[in-house]
Amino acid sequence: MRGQGKPMEGTYIKRRNRPLQVYAVLFLIVLYVPVLFIPLFSFNDSLYVRFPMQGMTLKWYHELWLREPLWNAMWNSVRVGAAVSVISTILGMVAARAITRYRMPGRSALVTFIMMPLVIPGIIFGVALLVLMSRMGVPLSLYTVGLGHLIVCMPFAVATLLPRFEGFDPSMEEASADLGENGWWTFWRVTFPMVFPGVVASLLLSFTISFDEFIMAFFLTGTDPTLPMYIWGQLRFPKEFPSVLALSALILLVSFVLVFIAQWVGRKGLENEN
Amino acid sequence: MADTSLQHRDGEAAAPLRRPSRVSALLHRSEALRGYLLMSPTLLIMILGIVAPFVILLAMSTWTRQGFDFDTTFTLANYERTWNEPIFGALLSRSFWVSGVATVATVLLCYPMAYYVAFHVHHRKMMWLILMTLPFWTSYLLRVFAWKVILGYEGVINSGLMTLGWIDKPLEFLLYSKTAVIITLAHAWAAFAILPLYVSLEKIDKSLIEAATDLGDGPVARFLRITLPLSMPGIIAATFLIFIPTTGDYITPALLGGPDGAMIGNFIQLQFGAVNNWPMGATLAIVLMLWIAAIAAVFLFVTRKAQEKIA
Amino acid sequence: MTKTDAFISIQNVSKFFGTFRAIDDISMDIGRGEFFSLLGPSGCGKTTLLRMLAGFESTTAGEIFIDNQPTSDVPPHHRPVNMVFQNYAIFPHLNVRDNITYGLRKQKLSRSKRYEMAEEMLEMIKLPDYGTRKATELSGGQRQRIALARALILRPKVLLLDEPLGALDKQLREQMQLELRALQRQIGITFVFVTHDQEEALTLSDRIAVMSGGKVLQVDTPTGLYETPKTSVVARFIGNMNFFDGTVRRNGAAAAAIETEGLGTIQVPVADLDKPDGAAVQVALRPEKIALSATRPDAAEHAVSARLDTSAYLGERSHFYVNLEGRDEPVAVSQPNTSRFNAANQAPSGTEVWLSWSSDAIVVLDPE
Repeated sequence: MRGQGKPMEGTYIKRRNRPLQVYAVLFLIVLYVPVLFIPLFSFNDSLYVRFPMQGMTLKWYHELWLREPLWNAMWNSVRVGAAVSVISTILGMVAARAITRYRMPGRSALVTFIMMPLVIPGIIFGVALLVLMSRMGVPLSLYTVGLGHLIVCMPFAVATLLPRFEGFDPSMEEASADLGENGWWTFWRVTFPMVFPGVVASLLLSFTISFDEFIMAFFLTGTDPTLPMYIWGQLRFPKEFPSVLALSALILLVSFVLVFIAQWVGRKGLENEN
Repeated sequence: MADTSLQHRDGEAAAPLRRPSRVSALLHRSEALRGYLLMSPTLLIMILGIVAPFVILLAMSTWTRQGFDFDTTFTLANYERTWNEPIFGALLSRSFWVSGVATVATVLLCYPMAYYVAFHVHHRKMMWLILMTLPFWTSYLLRVFAWKVILGYEGVINSGLMTLGWIDKPLEFLLYSKTAVIITLAHAWAAFAILPLYVSLEKIDKSLIEAATDLGDGPVARFLRITLPLSMPGIIAATFLIFIPTTGDYITPALLGGPDGAMIGNFIQLQFGAVNNWPMGATLAIVLMLWIAAIAAVFLFVTRKAQEKIA
Repeated sequence: MTKTDAFISIQNVSKFFGTFRAIDDISMDIGRGEFFSLLGPSGCGKTTLLRMLAGFESTTAGEIFIDNQPTSDVPPHHRPVNMVFQNYAIFPHLNVRDNITYGLRKQKLSRSKRYEMAEEMLEMIKLPDYGTRKATELSGGQRQRIALARALILRPKVLLLDEPLGALDKQLREQMQLELRALQRQIGITFVFVTHDQEEALTLSDRIAVMSGGKVLQVDTPTGLYETPKTSVVARFIGNMNFFDGTVRRNGAAAAAIETEGLGTIQVPVADLDKPDGAAVQVALRPEKIALSATRPDAAEHAVSARLDTSAYLGERSHFYVNLEGRDEPVAVSQPNTSRFNAANQAPSGTEVWLSWSSDAIVVLDPE
């Protein structure tokens, strides 16, 4: 942004376009403001979400501390998120490595297959897994939620890791093999350090997606609710509204921070290599 | 001295090279085999999570409910019902209408934004990209919830306008309507449109546009003749990435749609919940997928024809 | 499959990518301690062959023996060969010393021993005190040396080099060629060197294999390739060459002549010509083996008159293109500028000149 004041920035095509710039700023404002109302009203000293605001309070946040079920739900979400992020990142690494390194027939079909959950409505996945679990006699639990999240997270993990694996020269791995290291050691001494930023990004993104995921959880949760399920339950009670706002504000904050780090780490390294 | 230590290992020359086992020799020779082997755990999970559930879903759609159990004799009665009873057709067409409008609005609104970042941002491009996509990664439920806060009967807009004295009583069309659902969907899926649009615009070789200018095209002509056709893959991808998932959405209609805004997703969810008619729900899910596939195919066909015509 | 005395023995090796024959039934031997080059245009299969030696590509058919051991089923990390990659493949996340000692892990040496060895190698490649530099801070020439040190520290039986000088600028490349050659003499291990630069191959190699379309056309010493090419493709690829279509005319057992287009009839010793009467051949004559003079030289074995078409002054030498009676294509003649004022450089187009050459300058080849 700062450089745009210089008159000779870029070429004829890339010269400054004031209306477009204004549009871009408005776009960002519209993108963020709706979400920012949640933290704003979470400090409002009133049961009702409306203007004018009644004054600042932290009581809704304080109240969150005292809710046992909330902390249980939070712990459930963290456990599922951690497991899902680790598994999907490992599976994503394995898949990305196979896709980028081996000449195999049907490679693009495999990528399409892994990316399918991106273009199928979540509800269909949810009910399909629900039906499968019930027919197989698997009781709904955090494990079934985790499986659902795994399917949702896989495309994102693969999409985050693929550019990493594509971005580094295959002769690096060949050099390692040539210098006497087998596949396992080559992975730990060359591949893993080089794709590490992608791994961090994938872990953080997968965790965030799982932590925030609602649609799959809605169909696949057993007796232990995840945090979004808990929030969904609370939405029915108007008097719980302010606490939900406070809780949501906290979740948003954590998500923003995690995703920002993930994106920053994930993209930064890629740009350096170029 | 370096030169003596670097002589090749003559003394060890007689030792045979380590011979690997048959399996690893086979793997060494076949790249494809190594690739598939490496992919197998991922594929296994994806098959368990995608293919298996769909097979069972398809099977269940041909069953009938009997109390709390199922009659597993094959029948297409569920499909006949979805065809004959007008409620299903109405729900489907409303779903497609709502997500269609939301998709078009999102792509139209996001295109200039993606264009701006691709062509006019020179510094901190990464920062802009992260800023544009950041909200997408936060909880979908909470983003929808945020709009409920804003559009609510006594929400931000209504109470704000009333505080300012611009209106006397809350505007009712804001909440519990198709409009509310469309606004929310467009906002919630913006990042999904921006990324593919940005990628396709960024890929355009800037010298092509300079060439068009050099050959006499003005800004509008070169946009229509160069930029727009070359960014078509991004537009198509963005359209699919928004339209398909949103047709099955049920959170937004449930929170913001009211009775008038309910979509097919809500109905499917009902079948698995309160109505407890799983075979019917399975049928609806399959029908929804078939319709999406058909619409996607028509859309692809039309855009391809249109592109051929332009070219 | 037979064992031979050769250090590396490539026996009937083929490699298909789908239906494309990257390597088409190649057999050749490389001797112990040889500096051996694979020379050819891009896509000729030279890199594929090198990668087969390293173990990165499998053989579709045939077998490669290294030191009398068959290698088909031996993965790269168990082969007694090391490679210098085209782009050097210096690990960007490790410093120079860790790059050089990368392959020593399995030898379970103490850290001080490893560092000592790295220091020795850095000494050898003339980059002392570079051990703790980041790999990303190096210039192309430095990367090249480090890639070399990283491979040589493992004392391989064979060092494979995949166009290692291609990325360097001309001056540095010539300097590295000399260093590489000296290094190979000093340590005496077999080098297999891939290049598309014929001058580089001639400068460095003991022997060169000229490759084209997945086949080996000729394996020979640099002088052998240049002075006695076996085919017109090799003759064309190494240096410049004038070709003249000709027909063999035998006059009994003692003498033979070739009737050529442009050069007239050339007498050839019968021993050099195993072609029957009337056979079509190509007569090849290097530009620098033709003398150019204003008048017919008295002592010349062969001479024809020609007209100067164009000339190019290159400093140390000049190239002249002359037209011969009865031939469309101009003939190239290369003359060293042994005096500062060579009158031929000033001669206008159309000037009559005389070309002369000796019998042994001529190479008779099969027509293409």
